[in-house]
Amino acid sequence: MSYPGMNALTIAPPAPPVPVDTAAPPVPMTRLVRVELRKLVDTRAGFWLVVSMGLIAAVITGAMLVFADAEDLSYATFFGMMNIPTGVLLPVLAILLVTSEWSQRTGLVTFTLEPRRSRVITAKLLTSLVAAAGAILVSFVLGAVGTVLAGLLRDGGGSWNLSATEVGYASMGQLIALLQGFGFGMLIMSSAAAIVLIFALPSAWAIVGSVVPWLHDHVQPWADLQFALGPYQGGGGVDGSSWAHLGSAVAIWVVLPLAGGLWRLLRSEIK
Amino acid sequence: MITVERLSKTYGSFRAVDDVSFACRPGSVTGFLGPNGAGKTTTMRIIAGLTPATSGTATIGGHHYHDVPNPGTQIGILLDASAQHAGRTGREVLTLGALAMGLPSRRVDEMLERVSLAPDESRRRIRNYSLGMRQRLGIAHALLGDPRILILDEPANGLDPAGIHWMRGLLRDYADQGGTVLLSSHLLHEVEVIADELLVIGQGRIVARGTKAELLRNAGTFVKALDQGALQRALREAGIEAVTSGDAGLRTEASPADVGRAAAAAGVALEELRAADGAGLEEMFLQLTADTQREERAAAEPVLEGVPA
Repeated sequence: MSYPGMNALTIAPPAPPVPVDTAAPPVPMTRLVRVELRKLVDTRAGFWLVVSMGLIAAVITGAMLVFADAEDLSYATFFGMMNIPTGVLLPVLAILLVTSEWSQRTGLVTFTLEPRRSRVITAKLLTSLVAAAGAILVSFVLGAVGTVLAGLLRDGGGSWNLSATEVGYASMGQLIALLQGFGFGMLIMSSAAAIVLIFALPSAWAIVGSVVPWLHDHVQPWADLQFALGPYQGGGGVDGSSWAHLGSAVAIWVVLPLAGGLWRLLRSEIK
Repeated sequence: MITVERLSKTYGSFRAVDDVSFACRPGSVTGFLGPNGAGKTTTMRIIAGLTPATSGTATIGGHHYHDVPNPGTQIGILLDASAQHAGRTGREVLTLGALAMGLPSRRVDEMLERVSLAPDESRRRIRNYSLGMRQRLGIAHALLGDPRILILDEPANGLDPAGIHWMRGLLRDYADQGGTVLLSSHLLHEVEVIADELLVIGQGRIVARGTKAELLRNAGTFVKALDQGALQRALREAGIEAVTSGDAGLRTEASPADVGRAAAAAGVALEELRAADGAGLEEMFLQLTADTQREERAAAEPVLEGVPA
């Protein structure tokens, strides 16, 4: 006598012991970015770094209102001035986002919860872009507050002229600085060393360039990032050679560290 | 099910892991035992995909760790309890884990309770945690995603005796419910009470494996005589090698019967004759791993702490 399905029951293999489910949904990128955004501000150091970006911008607004000439108090100057500290702090933020996984050894947890390292890196990059967008937004808002106050308090101040080109160039400068920090962080994997080098190396190179005339004339325009970004600050003249110089300098100071850092990070041992 | 097959890892000319193979079965606790620097951590890091292997494979349920989606919910890992951002609170660390794994935040409270971290302790920054508290937090993090497999590196390190007792119960329950546990230790007495099976590693190689009983079977004989000198002579005449052990007795690889016969033939009165116990296992462990012990190269503090006599 047989029952329907009996055969299937008897020959069915025993359930595999503790199966690992490879069909389970992976960790989505949105969640990884939320984790990274939270990590950005959930320590005192990170929190104050982010807050200080806003505070410094506010201090600059106040100082400009008091000390600058009235005719200089335009939306464009406020916006441009605020981009200076942001341009210093954003790369630091990008560096810390990457290097803290090593210096604080949290990478052991981060990369076991998402072993596909390129996804963690992508999430960190997106997080730093969100931070950059936030910083630019703060510059807009505080710049507007400054401009309104200038119009009210200072005779002749408060001009609203700010061209899209100026905003575009400023944002591009921030993005380049941010990516440079990100690349240095991945390549050097040490917070202190990366922060020192990202400021010391270009300065040292600029000094060398200014001392050796041949370098100054033939190499520096192509290989000095600050030099190459010069024409894009303050809305000066930009031509084809400016873009060529910028492309070359970005390749050296941003693309190379990013590529080398990525190569290192994807292969290195996480300790 | 964790399967490690012919795994090797070399750093230059140094072989950190040397042709290691083993399997951890569901429903059992496997103790990975060896002195510091024997290759336990490297092996575990290779399993977790943090360190690339030079050769061989390490798989979990037949899959490489990299291919496991949302691995935190399937494999709980604690590699170093101190590897946490010192400025985060314990609760924040678990909250980040829950966020990454897509778990509701009540899991955080459940796990804090499970490892007995009080609410006020959980809100302290980790730099103010004792090693024992960090271990509890690390175990909570490993258990957060309710995984079926646990890999814990030195989880008992820093726990007080009550903490070790607590962890033993926790891992026993976990394995009894079908979970797979691999835990490492450099202290025999920490793992021998928890582990169903022991893997002893020294200099990157597995030097012994089996249940505690199986290992003890080969641990030899403990013998003690009123006249120790006469007993030593009797054993030497019978061709039995013996070394001094603990309580003014002797330990030998020979079976109790052979030792008894030799003593009787020489007319030596015995005070004690038995199969070597945990102390024997300890000595065996020391012997098996003797070559790897660091204090032999550089006088340092003992790598191994003895079983209380």
